[in-house]
Amino acid sequence: MSTATAPAVALSDVRFAYKAGRDVLAIERLTIARGETVFLHGPSGSGKTTLLGLLAGVLQANRGQVQVLGEDFTRMSSGARDAFRARHLGYVFQMFNLIPYLSVKENILLPIRLDAGRRARLGTQSFDAAVREVAGELDIARYLDTPIGELSVGQQQRVAAARALIGHPEVVIADEPTSALDTDRREQFLQLLFRSCENAGATLVFVSHDHTLMPLFSRIVELGEINTAATVGSGA
Amino acid sequence: MSLILRLALASLRSRKLTTGLTVASIALSVTLLVGIETVRAGVRESFAGTIRGVDLIVGARGGTLQILLSSVFGIGSPAGSVKLSTMQRWAEHPAVKWVVPYSLGDSHRGFRVIGTTPEFFERYRYRQNASLTFTAGGPAVGDTDVVIGYDVAQRLGYAVGTPVVVVHGLQDIGTSSHDAHPFKVVGILARTFTPIDRSVYVTLEGIEAMHEEGEQQTAEAGTAAAIEPEAKGAGAKGGETLAATSAKTPAPTVMPGAEPPPGTPMVMPGAEPPPGTPMVMPGAQPPAGTPLAMPGAEAPPEVKQAPRPVPKPKPAATDTAEAEHDHGDDQITAFFVGTKNRFEALMLQREMNTDLVEPLTAVIPGVALGELWQNIGNAEVGLRIIAMFAVAISITGMLVSLYSSLEARRREMAILRAIGAGPRTILSLLVLESTLLAFLGCVIGVGLVYAGLALAQGPVEQRFGLHLALRALGSTEYLYLGIVMGAGMLIGFVPAWKAYRTSLVDGLSPRQ
Repeated sequence: MSTATAPAVALSDVRFAYKAGRDVLAIERLTIARGETVFLHGPSGSGKTTLLGLLAGVLQANRGQVQVLGEDFTRMSSGARDAFRARHLGYVFQMFNLIPYLSVKENILLPIRLDAGRRARLGTQSFDAAVREVAGELDIARYLDTPIGELSVGQQQRVAAARALIGHPEVVIADEPTSALDTDRREQFLQLLFRSCENAGATLVFVSHDHTLMPLFSRIVELGEINTAATVGSGA
Repeated sequence: MSLILRLALASLRSRKLTTGLTVASIALSVTLLVGIETVRAGVRESFAGTIRGVDLIVGARGGTLQILLSSVFGIGSPAGSVKLSTMQRWAEHPAVKWVVPYSLGDSHRGFRVIGTTPEFFERYRYRQNASLTFTAGGPAVGDTDVVIGYDVAQRLGYAVGTPVVVVHGLQDIGTSSHDAHPFKVVGILARTFTPIDRSVYVTLEGIEAMHEEGEQQTAEAGTAAAIEPEAKGAGAKGGETLAATSAKTPAPTVMPGAEPPPGTPMVMPGAEPPPGTPMVMPGAQPPAGTPLAMPGAEAPPEVKQAPRPVPKPKPAATDTAEAEHDHGDDQITAFFVGTKNRFEALMLQREMNTDLVEPLTAVIPGVALGELWQNIGNAEVGLRIIAMFAVAISITGMLVSLYSSLEARRREMAILRAIGAGPRTILSLLVLESTLLAFLGCVIGVGLVYAGLALAQGPVEQRFGLHLALRALGSTEYLYLGIVMGAGMLIGFVPAWKAYRTSLVDGLSPRQ
């Protein structure tokens, strides 16, 4: 299958509009190779969140092709995209990543509980071992049974990262995950995230305003440069 | 699925207060709905259980309800009276197993006095199949014996041996009291929660003897008038209630020694007395105790058309008490009939209703009670509607609480979407939550009904005489619970739809 060799992300001639006729995103071409760590940045309103929505398969492009791991989202039903996301993607929000009434362990286990395909990726590894492994990498093994409310923001973000990484997804999307952290914590968090992605062989698409983090990434994408719709919009 | 259930439970648990309040409001309305149904069923059951074991109630020709109400419930007055001989005639009917007279007309301190036979206490059944039992003493046998119901004993503080004075009519004032014939309590019945508790039972002989002596008193005062062989002398008493006149009814055939009033059909004074008819001779002294054997008492020839041979009253059948008082055919207001085979009750009813000898109305108690319930049971519809509204209100309350909690849970939905939960998962989660709320409400509501029943059973029985049985839920209750559950489930779709829409549009990054 082309899935194994295809780039992690390949966008071509993509247009997206929330309201007809008012494109917020127009990208000629964007390709992200497997294993890359991409720093995606751009001013507010440049369409970062919209792009992530397209990459996660939550939003559907009006035109063009959105290929993730060789699969064309524009030809998939929303149910199929949900299933694909469950199986192959990890997602970390800016904040409030966790379901408050579940324990740390249950939060981390959610993706593999939700999807049989993601579960199958564990192979013979037990749920418990999988959680321990990923929690160990992110240095949160001590907090597995701690109530969510007692965790610091940094710890919460690490739990969210653990949840995104469990079951070895090919692509991890992080939407400004460090913006709520102190500066010195940001790097620490990123180091852990990089290490985990590397271990899992995952491609990381990282959205941030924080340019000080840029040097840590293998590739930097300025969305304003590739999004022609935003250029037109800001120019007007 | 188990994940969704786990999520739903955890989510409900995390919102204890709103969950608790929502469940409480559903539970209370379910309590109302099921409680009303239970009380209604209890009332109906106890109503239907007022009289059992009696296949027919027979009275003078009249309305079904009138006969039922006057005999079983002691409400109103009977339509007329029935000859005791008629009852005895029907007792001979092959389909009839037993007959018991039930004669009304007198009272004691506002409680109805009923003349009956000791067999009544054996035959009467109430509730499912309960027999009458005595808390003290035994049935009334002699003509001064009185058996009183539970309420009578409680209210008047009577015990076995207490002397009782019976008054004619239902009021204590104005009408004659039968002081001359004092009764004595010989038995007190255990509580039945039926009108029997408010009744006083004497024997037919007791009533007769009482009126006999009463008549003697009046006779002394009116001897002069009585000398006139006018039928009016006796007819003047016709204004009194029927049972009271029973002893004085101017049965024309039974006036030994008196000139029969002209125009009395059966004696036919104008006709030549056929020679050799010893008993019909006007002016002749018929032997006392044989009045019933008079040919006039015979059924008219047409009666032979009856499909079944109606047994003629045998002269020997006249019981001794009656023979003592030669005032002729005694009158009762009603009698109860038990058939040998239940299925014959309908046929027997038709036969009695078409009896040509005496116009009768036979009532099947179960059927008549059912009719009566139809009439008075309409109030329950109003109660049900109110309860339904209560359920609607609490379901709406649940919708409000689910819907408003959704705003706070947008993050939760977004996270689930990002992890890969499809809209169907979100929908199932929210519908499952509302269904769980409705289910919990139903379970707690039913629990409250049973707890309430267990607690209130005693007091309600004491206060209202209503026995509320702790029984399994009926089909109506299950229907109601099903409606509540169904409504709870449907309501879950409203926030689920909203969540589906919002999480699709801004699921991944809700504005903060």
